[in-house]
Amino acid sequence: MAVAKLEQLAKSVVQGPTMATGAVPNKDWMDVSAIFKPGNYAYQAKQEKVEYLNSQKGLHFPNAREWSPEDDDWKLPENWKEIILKGLKERLEKFRSLKIFMDCCVRCGACADKCHFFLGTGDPKNMPVLRAELLRSVYRNDFTLGGKLLGKMAGAREMTVGVLKEWFMYSYQCTECRRCSVFCPYGIDTAEVTMMLRELLHLVGVGINWILEPASNSNRTGNHMGLQPHTFKDNVDFLADDIENLTGIKINHSFNRKGAEVLFITPSADVFAEPGLYTAMGYLLLFEHIGLDYTWSTYASEGGNFGLFTNNELMKKLNGKMYAEAKRLGVKHIIGGECGHMWRVIHQFMDTMNGPADFMEVPKSPITGTTFHNAASTKMIHISEFTADLIRHGKLNLDKSRNAHVKATFHDSCNTARAMGLLDEPRYILDHVADGWVEMPENTIREQTFCCGSGTGLNTDEIMELRMRSGLPRANAVKHVIDKHAVNMLSCVCAIDRATLTSLMNYWNPGCNVCGVSELVGNALVMEGENRQELTEGLRTLV
Amino acid sequence: MKYAFSFLAVIALILIAGLGSQIPGMQYLFGVVLPYLAIMLFVGGFVYRIMDWAKSPVPFSIPTTCGQGASLDFIKQDKLESPANTTEVAARMFLEIFFFRSLFRNTKSEIHDGPKITYESSKWLWLFALIFHYSFLVVVLRHMRFFLEPVPFVLSALEGVDSMLQIGQPAMYLTDAFLLLGLLFLYGRRLITRHVKYISLNNDYFPLVLIFSIAVTGILMRYLLRTDIDIITIKNLAYGLVTFSPVIGAKIGAIFYIHLFLVCVLLAYFPFSKLMHMGGVFMSPTRNMANNSRSKRHINPWNDPEIKPHSYAGYEDEFREFMVDAGIPVEKELAAAEDKA
Repeated sequence: MAVAKLEQLAKSVVQGPTMATGAVPNKDWMDVSAIFKPGNYAYQAKQEKVEYLNSQKGLHFPNAREWSPEDDDWKLPENWKEIILKGLKERLEKFRSLKIFMDCCVRCGACADKCHFFLGTGDPKNMPVLRAELLRSVYRNDFTLGGKLLGKMAGAREMTVGVLKEWFMYSYQCTECRRCSVFCPYGIDTAEVTMMLRELLHLVGVGINWILEPASNSNRTGNHMGLQPHTFKDNVDFLADDIENLTGIKINHSFNRKGAEVLFITPSADVFAEPGLYTAMGYLLLFEHIGLDYTWSTYASEGGNFGLFTNNELMKKLNGKMYAEAKRLGVKHIIGGECGHMWRVIHQFMDTMNGPADFMEVPKSPITGTTFHNAASTKMIHISEFTADLIRHGKLNLDKSRNAHVKATFHDSCNTARAMGLLDEPRYILDHVADGWVEMPENTIREQTFCCGSGTGLNTDEIMELRMRSGLPRANAVKHVIDKHAVNMLSCVCAIDRATLTSLMNYWNPGCNVCGVSELVGNALVMEGENRQELTEGLRTLV
Repeated sequence: MKYAFSFLAVIALILIAGLGSQIPGMQYLFGVVLPYLAIMLFVGGFVYRIMDWAKSPVPFSIPTTCGQGASLDFIKQDKLESPANTTEVAARMFLEIFFFRSLFRNTKSEIHDGPKITYESSKWLWLFALIFHYSFLVVVLRHMRFFLEPVPFVLSALEGVDSMLQIGQPAMYLTDAFLLLGLLFLYGRRLITRHVKYISLNNDYFPLVLIFSIAVTGILMRYLLRTDIDIITIKNLAYGLVTFSPVIGAKIGAIFYIHLFLVCVLLAYFPFSKLMHMGGVFMSPTRNMANNSRSKRHINPWNDPEIKPHSYAGYEDEFREFMVDAGIPVEKELAAAEDKA
């Protein structure tokens, strides 16, 4: 898909006649229909992926077929409307959040310009309030007294194929980042609305391939990338070899080893592609440095969970592997790598869905003796929590000058910031491994952080322009610190970010690289018995 | 035209009450029957809505964390924005409900050439929302004097403070002015701010116009149209309503019935509208839950134990050969697995 040239897009976001730039549409939003054309939608899920998922116990993915969003006829089941309304009723009964969020919005508009998709596209339906109204209007029509009595006058509208298409378009122009919910006086969380819309769409066989294919892979091979056990092992071994070449340190790591104290799980992207590879090298070095008794798993080789972007059943099923594997291997607790949505699932859903994990112990660092009471029930801690505690106790031999080539800033990923509250642990680490790192402007960090623009499974090339638009607020904040402080490295604790921010920087801010915080830790570690080459680029140095 | 429609609707309501209450015998309907009906709808509807919300479980712990969560002892937790226990949640909710904490965060973004996006603090909505809600609250509380005998000291004190500027005769209540001011702002921004105008529905304009009309009729009654507005007669009626012995005494002016009727409409409309945000704000799971889901297991009543992960055994069966070749430990060695098969 051809992506608009930088100059064009830069002009378009400022001057294009959109609601974000001051233009007002001349039609009521209910009278504007969603038109699908190449570049404005992510490809539909392949038939065999939907069939595979539907064949799995506990999952329901009906209506697998060949279809295209660009066709008029989406080949929906004959009783699609009944399915959708029944599905909506069922979800209203299962999720209090949905009911409250449908009922309480006063349309104050505080959320409108908080959305990166709205800022980048100017499309009024990307204002969180209007995204929710797409569903709310149908809810009013079929589930409220006012809507039933007064119809359109009360903001109600009937469920039609047009509405369904609109749902598809805008529930996949939302990354469930929750920024709007920070500003909403009732805490209305568009992520909840988008999740429900996506769940409903799957009931009639409407989904995107970039989510369902990794999810299928993850179910079968254990990870999104579809790496089979031997390949997964090869990839990690390869990283260990690289480390040996660079530092002379031989890494002792293992796979599926029973009796290890700790199970380590990270997004498979970390062992698959740059720049995540360097983050994974950072993990390997760190664990080697402290002599941690840990194992990787090829069965639970995925930290991420695309079920979160699909429906709660799939999320539960994919997540279940973590505890199942911890139990099988008999580990004491789990450490999780850097990832945003993975941590939303672990922090807010895992214990509820697949706990209690009473076969493990409350995580206690074998190096410092610190007990992680905040993970007393899930038995799973974040690598940044683990690392920060090590630094606090002086257990790491760090040399900041080894990151002298880096002038870093830090991007909070949406999920760790707004669905976990992990803000200061990575910053504490940065303080100790990277000299002079700087913050982006205050309205763009911490709980107000801007999404990379491609989360929730939207990291697919066919919608590149959309992604560059929705990533603009983040890119713009990075540009601010590039201009002001000559920042050359955007650090983060998220695997999706490492992929998406790389594309985003290449487009808006060429020359600025992206890394995981653990890569900077790995760079700075002074290993015992090392025979380190001149690493002018840290672990990225080509030797 | 949605904003105009709301005016038409309220004008129609005013005509109904203004004319209807002047028909002999209809005073009982407007003064007694409709108020009782409205109160019943309000209380019944409100309770029904709360119960209906409560009926749906909260399957997952989904607080929106707006600050550092409880973590290591050297990492400072933000107790208000990322509460870890019930006390901290209560404090967060207190700020949200009494001071509109989230709205206070509001920013306004602008896109400039470059492109360069800027975010400026924007507290107008927060300020006028506070002015409106608190003025309305005081006005409602002041009206309690009609239903209580003797009038409690706190109410008299409240009136005293509210009229402390001693402007005019009778002394003007500050909250009357602030209420109108708040309403004008909230209505005005729906007409002027382009994105708010685009999302506004009848459901948004109507309650503003309705409350505005209630306020205006109340103010007219107190300060200007005082013919047939005998405060004793009105108090007798109000007191009679709450003691279930309502009496329509001497003649009361139409303006009173209009005021009362609009209040009845508001009460009846309340539970079936967005005004239920008053109850909903207490029950929003992103605000009223503790961010402690890793230390304390949250229970989902409909959690399906039948949803299990793709089993390790199934995984090993599919990939055993590769695993053995790669030296990855397996549960069943190749030969054993083949024997079984």
